[in-house]
Amino acid sequence: MAAKTLTIDGRLISAAEDQTVLQAAKDAGIQIPTLCHLEGLSDIGACRLCVVEVAGSNKLLPACVTRIAEGMQVRTDTERLRHYRRMVLELLFAERNHVCAVCVANGHCELQALALALGMDHVRFEYRFPKYSVDITHHSFGIDHNRCILCTRCVRVCWYIEGAGTKNVAGRGAECRIITDLNQSWGTSETCTSCGKCVQACPTGALFKRGSAVAEMERDRTRLEFIVNAREKKQWIV
Amino acid sequence: MDRLKIATAWMGGCSGCHMSFLDLDEWLFDLAAAVDVVYSPVIDVKVYPRGVDVCLIEGAVANEDNLELLLQIRERTRILVAFGDCAVTGNVTAMRNPLGNADPVLNRAYLRPEDLHPRLPAEPGILPALLPRVLPIQEAVPVDYYIPGCPPPAARIRAILQQLVAGQVPTQTGADLTYG
Repeated sequence: MAAKTLTIDGRLISAAEDQTVLQAAKDAGIQIPTLCHLEGLSDIGACRLCVVEVAGSNKLLPACVTRIAEGMQVRTDTERLRHYRRMVLELLFAERNHVCAVCVANGHCELQALALALGMDHVRFEYRFPKYSVDITHHSFGIDHNRCILCTRCVRVCWYIEGAGTKNVAGRGAECRIITDLNQSWGTSETCTSCGKCVQACPTGALFKRGSAVAEMERDRTRLEFIVNAREKKQWIV
Repeated sequence: MDRLKIATAWMGGCSGCHMSFLDLDEWLFDLAAAVDVVYSPVIDVKVYPRGVDVCLIEGAVANEDNLELLLQIRERTRILVAFGDCAVTGNVTAMRNPLGNADPVLNRAYLRPEDLHPRLPAEPGILPALLPRVLPIQEAVPVDYYIPGCPPPAARIRAILQQLVAGQVPTQTGADLTYG
């Protein structure tokens, strides 16, 4: 594979010609903030947090879906980029109901982590406080649309890694949401393999394992019964 | 230079931020030596005074009293600090907002079938009415600085107070901006 040479933040970098700006920067040890990007999944440029400046273009380009070019001059950390990245982040927080303090993902959330990485001390936009539902009809997993940022990682992992095609996107604008199959409750899905990859891929607490929220822990006391039977009756049968 | 006049106020929040403030333990003696605390839930002052330098506000704007006090505080205070997640984002206090107005939570709390005499609390002039929509304080008045956290750890409160007492512009970075 041919190599191409470009500069990122003033550093001369050589990268394989089919790489994206994000990959080339990462290989060179330059961090660009991302949210919808997940290693191993195809990129779609949905979140716009990885935008970079490329000399000769007035537009900001998403690094995850911009291919490198010979002689390209890229800047990944400028006042203008910080301005827009923070705005993107604030809009994400204002769009739905993100309540870190009572979220299952508190402390393990990429959205929360970006807030501190990008210096978001508050949200300048009016919060929308929309009304969204929670679907806990699946026996193992739940989806809380209040916490969804529509990065579509769950959709991509479901279609392209698991190959199940259960998760989809429906609606436009403020109506946009993640759906199961033909917009039905998750528990009734015949395509979901219950693999849990969507839960692992989710950057926030939108997708979660059931049993991890307050008062949801259910014990399996048959395990104790098994041990007692084994010790007292010498029966090792479940 | 005159001693800095500092206040704290408690609006629609759980008082956890004030608990975290009290968690500063012996440093509070240093603070008391350097500033005058002129209004706070932890001191016995009923009326918010004029000419306050810094006020830390815990909680979101949830009822009419909160809003009235907040407007008074803004008018009488040089530097206003949103203190904790409820003040900064609305947080748990604002979780009723998606329900439309205050009625669903009032009905759920006071009009339960198992109550002997279910009635909504109504004491005009004593009990402030809930606002239809809970506001983070910057949606009601201009705010100068923000301390996120639920609650903000004591060290984070101390850092910003030290900078304010020293007359510096408070800067917060990295982990100091953790919500939740």
